[in-house]
Amino acid sequence: MFLAAGFIGAAALLVGGLLGPKRAGATKLAAYESGVPASGNARERFPVHFYLVAMLFIIFDIETAFFYPLAVKFKAAPEFLFAQAILFVIILAVGYLYILRKGVLNWK
Amino acid sequence: MDPPVVTFLKALLLCLVLLGVFAYMTVIERRILARMQNRLGPNRVGPLGLLQPIADAIKSIFKEDIVVSAADRFVYYLAPFISITFALSAFGAIPAGPADSLFGFDPWIVDLDIGLLYIFAATSIGVYGIFLGGWAANSKYALLGGLRSSAQLISYELGLGFSALTVLLIAGTLNLREIVDLDLWAVHPLLWLPLAVAFVTFLISGIAEVNRTPFDLPEAEQELVAGYLTEYSSIKWALFQMAEYVNMLTVAAVVSTLFLGGWRGPALLDGLIPGISRWPLVWLILKMALFMFLFIWLRATLPRFRYDQLMRFGWIYLFEIALGAALVTGAVIAFVI
Repeated sequence: MFLAAGFIGAAALLVGGLLGPKRAGATKLAAYESGVPASGNARERFPVHFYLVAMLFIIFDIETAFFYPLAVKFKAAPEFLFAQAILFVIILAVGYLYILRKGVLNWK
Repeated sequence: MDPPVVTFLKALLLCLVLLGVFAYMTVIERRILARMQNRLGPNRVGPLGLLQPIADAIKSIFKEDIVVSAADRFVYYLAPFISITFALSAFGAIPAGPADSLFGFDPWIVDLDIGLLYIFAATSIGVYGIFLGGWAANSKYALLGGLRSSAQLISYELGLGFSALTVLLIAGTLNLREIVDLDLWAVHPLLWLPLAVAFVTFLISGIAEVNRTPFDLPEAEQELVAGYLTEYSSIKWALFQMAEYVNMLTVAAVVSTLFLGGWRGPALLDGLIPGISRWPLVWLILKMALFMFLFIWLRATLPRFRYDQLMRFGWIYLFEIALGAALVTGAVIAFVI
C-alpha cells in the first residue's frame, strides 16, 4: 500500500516538476509578506501555547495507547479492568483539572 | 489472502480510484454548494461540467512549479509527498465487502489485526506533512498556519481516539473486518446511548481532523493568507488538496465502518432481493456518499470557529464527552451484561 501510494506521490511531484514553465525571478521566489520586502525570516519565536498543546497531546495520546489493549481485552475480566480504568482516569483527571485551572487551554 | 502481486495491483488501483473520486468530489462539491446558494456551479467544461476536474488537473500540472528561494528544498518537496502518501495509505485497511467477494479477490488491501490503529497512525503522519509544509517555506504566514493546523489536528486526534474506545469495548477487536461482522447496535439496548454519543463525537472530531467547516481554520483565507499552503504552487499545492479530500473519504469510510455497519446493508432488503445486504462496495460507497454530502452541507451552513473556541471545544467538551461515553460503556459491560 505504501509502495503504491508512494509511487503515485513521487510520480506526481516528478511530472509537476518537469512540466510547466521555468521563469523564476528573485521577486517571484521571495517569501510572501503582503507585497512589502520580507523582514527577517520565519525562524523566530512563536507562542508557547503550541508547545503546551503538543506536550498535553503526548500525555493524553499515551493514555489512549494504554486504553486500547484494555478495551480490546475488556471482556476477559470486566469488573477488575473497569476498576483499574477508573483509577487510571482519576489520576489523569487530577492532572487534567490542574491544567484547566492553570488556564493552559485558554488561548489569550 | 491474495498473492502479493494482486495486493500491489489492488493498491495501485485503489490509489487511482481515490484520486479520481477526489477529482470529481471537487466538482460535485462546487455544484452542491452552488445549488445550496441558489446558483448553478461549474457547467461549462463538458456536459454538466464533468470535464472540469480534467481541465483543472491539466492546468495545475502545467503551472510553474516554484521553489521559494528561502525554502528548505528537501523538506519543501517532502511535505506534500508525505501528505499524499499517508493519506492514500490509510484507506487500505477499510473492508468493502465479505472475503473473496470482489471477482474472487478480497475487497480490501490489507487485513490487519490492528486495522484501526493503523489508520490512526497513517493519518497522524499526515500531520507531519502539514507542519513540515508550513515550516519548509520559511514564511511567517505559512509557519503560523502550519502550527495552527497541526495543533488543531493533534487536539482532535484525541477526540477520535477516545470515541473509538466505545466501539472497541463492545467489539473487543481492532480488526475492522471483525468490527463490521459484529453488529454493534444489536449487542444491548443500554449501549445505544453511549454508542450514539461516541458516533457524534467521532464524526465531529473527524470533520475537524480533515479541516472542514466549521473547523477550517488552517485555510481561513481572510485571516491567515492560506495557512500552510501559502508558499506552494502547481502540483505540490494540488497534492495537499488531494490529501485533504482523500482524508475526508477515509474519515467517511471509518465512521461508516465503525458505527454504521460498514459494507453491510440493511438486512430488511434481503426479502426483496436475496443477498443484497452483503453485496460488496455498494453499501460502503452509499454510506460514504452520505457523509461526504453531510460535509458539504455543513460547509454551506455553518460559520467558522474562532481559534480559542476551537481549542476549548476540542480539549474540554469533545474530550470529556468521548471519555465519559467510553466509561459508561465499560460500566454497562462490566455490571449489566
